[in-house]
Formats: sequence, structure tokens, C-alpha cells
Amino acid sequence: MSSSILPAWLPVLADADAAFGALKAAADPAERFRQIARIAEHQLDFMQAGKLDRQLERTLAELPEPAGYDALRVAWLGSSTLDHLVPSARIASLRRGLVMRSYVAPYGQYRQELFDPASELATFRPHVVLLCLDPEHAAIDASLGAGLGATRGDVEAAVQARVAELRRLWLRASELGCAVIQQTLPNLAPVVFGSYDRALPGSPAAVLDRLNRAVIDAAVEDRVLLLDLAGWSARLGHDAWFDRVRWLQAKQLVAPTMAPWFGELVARLVAALRGRSRKCLVLDLDNTLWGGVVGDDGVERLVLGHGSAAGEGFTAFQQYARRLKDAGIVLAVCSKNDRAIAESAFTQHPEMVLRLDDFGVFVANWNDKAGNLRKIAEALNIGLDALVFFDDNPAERALVRAELPMVAVPEVPADPAYYVRTLEDAGYFEVVSLTGDDLARARTYQDNGRRAEALEAATDMDSFLAGLGMSLQIGGVDPHSIVRVTQLINKTNQFNVTTRRTTEAELRAFAAGPGNVAMHFRLLDRFGDNGLVGVLLARRAGDQLVIDTLLMSCRVLGRGVELAMINELVARAAAAGVAEILGEYIPTAKNGMVADLFGRLGFTRIEPTDRAETKTPEANQPRAGSRWRLDVRAFTRHPNFIAVGDP
Amino acid sequence: MTDAEIYQRLKRVFLDIFDELDVELTAETSAADIPEWTSFNHVNIIVACEQAFGVKFGTPEIETLKNVGDLVALIRGKLAAKK
Repeated sequence: MSSSILPAWLPVLADADAAFGALKAAADPAERFRQIARIAEHQLDFMQAGKLDRQLERTLAELPEPAGYDALRVAWLGSSTLDHLVPSARIASLRRGLVMRSYVAPYGQYRQELFDPASELATFRPHVVLLCLDPEHAAIDASLGAGLGATRGDVEAAVQARVAELRRLWLRASELGCAVIQQTLPNLAPVVFGSYDRALPGSPAAVLDRLNRAVIDAAVEDRVLLLDLAGWSARLGHDAWFDRVRWLQAKQLVAPTMAPWFGELVARLVAALRGRSRKCLVLDLDNTLWGGVVGDDGVERLVLGHGSAAGEGFTAFQQYARRLKDAGIVLAVCSKNDRAIAESAFTQHPEMVLRLDDFGVFVANWNDKAGNLRKIAEALNIGLDALVFFDDNPAERALVRAELPMVAVPEVPADPAYYVRTLEDAGYFEVVSLTGDDLARARTYQDNGRRAEALEAATDMDSFLAGLGMSLQIGGVDPHSIVRVTQLINKTNQFNVTTRRTTEAELRAFAAGPGNVAMHFRLLDRFGDNGLVGVLLARRAGDQLVIDTLLMSCRVLGRGVELAMINELVARAAAAGVAEILGEYIPTAKNGMVADLFGRLGFTRIEPTDRAETKTPEANQPRAGSRWRLDVRAFTRHPNFIAVGDP
Repeated sequence: MTDAEIYQRLKRVFLDIFDELDVELTAETSAADIPEWTSFNHVNIIVACEQAFGVKFGTPEIETLKNVGDLVALIRGKLAAKK
């Protein structure tokens, strides 16, 4: 039997007949595409998805490259029928700003298609190859020929042989220059003995389990992506996903009624590949993170935590949000509340799981939420299409959907017991890989958000800078830092007076030169560690120091770091008996912002030079170079808001 | 549900699947009358009918269908059995 399970987080399409009618009548392709994109944001069954996809096809024939959408070619290869799943995948892709073109190979022909260099598949030049093998086919009668009496060793040998064959397919597919997605194998093996099947290595169920595991391990090793049909079908129910009648009638492994779900799984993977997964979860507070209204009920009467079933539901939701945060998703608050009262819930409620510092941006005011979401995106320096807005209030959701269609706004169930489920199912934050860098990047977004908030709160720039609590750690060029210092020297283009590049060996030699100064600078503030942000190299020549390199990372522009850097250089020069510091500005196409840096730092211009070391021909108006000098004894320190310390 | 009502609902199903349907549905209408009535769309018709009428067709039943009349009779029987 199959009963359809539709994506519950998508809003229901009100008056579908009118929407589809208008679509058919719309003559202008751009207008029709806009309407299609709007309908695609709704819960559609497989029939509606098919209907919408036909309109999409028709529209793309007239308007092949809709503005703001990425084109993506996906080849579907399978051992069973797949055509019925494609329309839903295309509609789900549209929800993620992707126009998916698809090529479905005739079923069972995947080997020929992959290995024939003149095949339609090869001509199609896919960005992604999706390999959907049904479990029966993959396991060849679900036993791999091992037989019920097979030992673990027999099974392992058969499994490895099958996996080796799959790996050849993957390799061939990747030679087409595309990403490869392998569908995992739902365990639909026939039950023989019942529960004992799990104990018997050669039972079809045990063999499929083992094969699925081996496929997953090999895929990870070969950098092949997984579409976890096994996991999702077990989660939502095999009976909904797989219909024996459809299998016998049309060799459809996935029932047509589940196409909307399958399409989602495909679309979120390819969207993740294109960097189109969401990055930030924006949360409402009252009746979203806890039961009740903090401003009316007071912190002590909020429904949260032990002693209440609903309260434990809210706790579980907060725990899930924190898990997302740990996985690199930025959390933000967007609530209609008095800010102090809203914050007091976090500081005073004993069972609050989330803390104020878990949020990258915390907006609690009485302004409209669309405007507040814009501010949140700006503060984090991410696009509105990176936001998910979770709010129990249907009116707020409707407003945001109307004002900001690029923000993902899930339907929120009435019962907090299902809040977590909503986010799990919606798959907004799908990833295709996870590195330490990814986790750190989320941290950076979060820090940016807090700095932007502080900037807004401060009435002027000085009080903002003073409030940042900045401290600069100064280090030399040593085995610990040389790799990162070299990196920064070689990639900094804008705030860089000479744009001299170097190697580790050259840098090591420079730092060892008698009297030479080689410093790196690391900036910390109360929002976090900005990392290595500046490098200053100066060569000793008699009683002069000649600046070889002076550069800074633009992410700390406007903080006064360069002032602190030069203060430090002059102090060291004075201590070493240096009378004069010389600087040179060598213009490039990109470093115009430091043309007058030495002047601002208190240097006097000696001569304009014309040494333009720009190698970029498009720099049509070369700026004049210049040389500068600074009298060490006459120098007065530049005031700034940065405390200096040693690392 | 009368046959007329079944036909009415069936017409909606067909309109959902075939964007340009210019034939009137009768008992004799078959795949030969509608060019887009492919094997792919045949499965769609079956599944859409199961949804629209809240019934489930069996494998042997599907194989005996030759035209719209057969389909309506099958639906009629299923609906009667549900009562």
C-alpha cells in the first residue's frame, strides 16, 4: 500500500486551480516563471509537481536562463524507472535557485551509457550523475549468490567484488568531470527466518545490510556523495516509499506518491554542492523557544524544561538548535519583545539551554520582522537566501514570505513535540562535506554579527572601537608562525604598501638578518579572535630602518591596527638606536587604499617615485609611487583603542 | 457515487495529466484516442485515480484495463466494496 507523505514544512497552496489557471494564461515567460517559482514554494503532490514542471519546461524554452538562477545538468542513471521522480526534483531545485536540466538514461542502461564515449550521457555533459540502483539489482537477488549457508568471509568476498564494480562506475562517471551521487540501498530483502535473519550472515537481509555499509564506506573514500534513500525510507516508512504494485507494473522502486520527497532529497544535495544550503537559523522566542509570552507571563512562568511535557518539547528544540550551532549554523533571534525582558529569559531561567552568546545576532524590538531579517542578514554579511525563519505565528510567517520570498519559512506545527522534526525533515542545512574550516567559518559569521550589533548600539565610532576591547598580540617570524605569515604576505593585495611576495626560505633569511625587524600581529576582541591580521618587515641599514613590507588584512580595516603597528615599530627602532625609518609606496591595480598611508602615519614625503610594479594591464592610470621618511626622535605615538601584549 | 460523478472526477484527473485534452471521456475512450496517453502516463492515471477516489487497485486488476469504461467499472466496484 502506498499513502503519500507530503513535505509538511511547505505551506499548502491555497486555491491551486486558480494558481495553475493563471499560469496557463500567462503569456509573458518572465511573468510565468515568477509564478512558477512562487507555486514551487508550496506543498505539491506528484501530480501537481508534474503539471508545474510541464509549465516550467514550456517557460524555459522561451526563457532559457532566468535571472538569478543557476543552471545545473543532472544525469539520472538507474536500474529501475526514474522518470516519474524527475519533475519533483526539478521543482524542489527551483526552491533553491537552481534550474535543473535532466537526462534520464533508459533504465538498466547505466553501464553502457557510462562507458560509451559517444553516449547521450556523455553528450549531455552532466554536472552531476545520480546513480540509483535498486537494492535487488545492486545485490543481485539480495544474496549476491552467497546462499543462506554462507560464512561471513563468503559474504565479505561477494560484497567487496560488488563494491569494486560500483567503484569502476564511479570512477568512470567522475572522468566525465562531474560530481557523483550514489543512492544508498533500502533493505527490502525478503524475510526468510524472521528476526534470525539478522544473525545469519548469508540471509538476504544481512547481506544487504553489509553491502549497504560497504557501499557507504567506499563512497566516502572515493568522495562520492550519498543520497540516503535507506535512511529516509526507514524513517518515513517503507510502506509509503515502496509499492510492490508499482514495482511490478512499471519497475518504479520509489512510489510516484513519494516523488515530492525524493525530489527534495536530490535537490538539497545538488543545492549543497552549489553552496546554496542555508547558513543561519533565525528563531522567534515566545511559543517558539519556550511556551508562553515572557513579557506577560514573566520568566518564572515560562513553559520550559522538566515538569511539563510541552516544556520538555521546547527543551528538545533548543537542544537541537544548539546542535545545529555546533555544526556550524549561525543562530539568530528575531522577536517582538522588549529587549531587556527577552534577554532576561536567557539569563534568569534555570532550564534555558541556549545562552545569549549562542546567538550571532539578537534582535528583539517592535519593528516588523521582514525589516529585522534584513538587518540580521546584513549584520552577518550573508544573503537573505541563507536564512531560515522559524516562528510559531502564522501571521509573521505570511508577512515574511510575502516580503522576503528568498527567506525559507517553514510551517511550524501547533505541537512543540514536532518542532525538531520540522527542521530535520526540511533539510535546509544539508552539507556535502564538513571540515574544521567550515565550523570556524560559522564562528566568523557569528562574530561579525555581534560586531555589527555593537557598531549599531554605539553612538559614534570611537565608543564602538573603545567597546570592542581590542588587544593586539605581536609575534616574530618563527617556526610556529612562518607558514601563516608567508600566506598572508602572498595573498594580501589591498592594504599592502609594496606588495612584495616571498617564500618561507626568503622570509626566514630576512628575519635572521642583523637588526632587521619582522613582526606579525594578531587581533583579539571581545567577540573573538580575528587571527593573523598584519605583517611588518623592515631592513636595518646603518642608522635607518627601511620598511620592506607593511600589510594588513582588510577584515580589520578601520580599527586602528595600523596605528598600533607603527607605534610598535617606532618604539623598537628607538630602542635599537635607529634615527630614521624609510617607507615606500609601490602602486598596483589594487592597493590604492594605502597610497597615502605613510602620510597618515606621520611620515614625510621625500619624493614621488614612478616605480609602478603593477603587472595588471587594466590598471590604465598608474598611480605615482612615493618614498617617505620618519624621524624617530620627533615621533608622537598615535592614539588608538588597542592594547598591546605579547602572545 | 454515480457513474456520472465518477466520470466528472475522472475528467479532472485527466485534465491534470493531459494539459491539452480535447476529447470527451466515454466508456470507449482509450490510449489510442489520446496521443499523450503513454505507458508513463498510464501509471500516472492509475496512481492519480487511487488518490482521487481513495482506493487501491491490485496488480491483476490493472492488467485488465483496456479503456475508460473498464476503469470506471473498477472504480465503481472498489467504491461499493468500501461501503
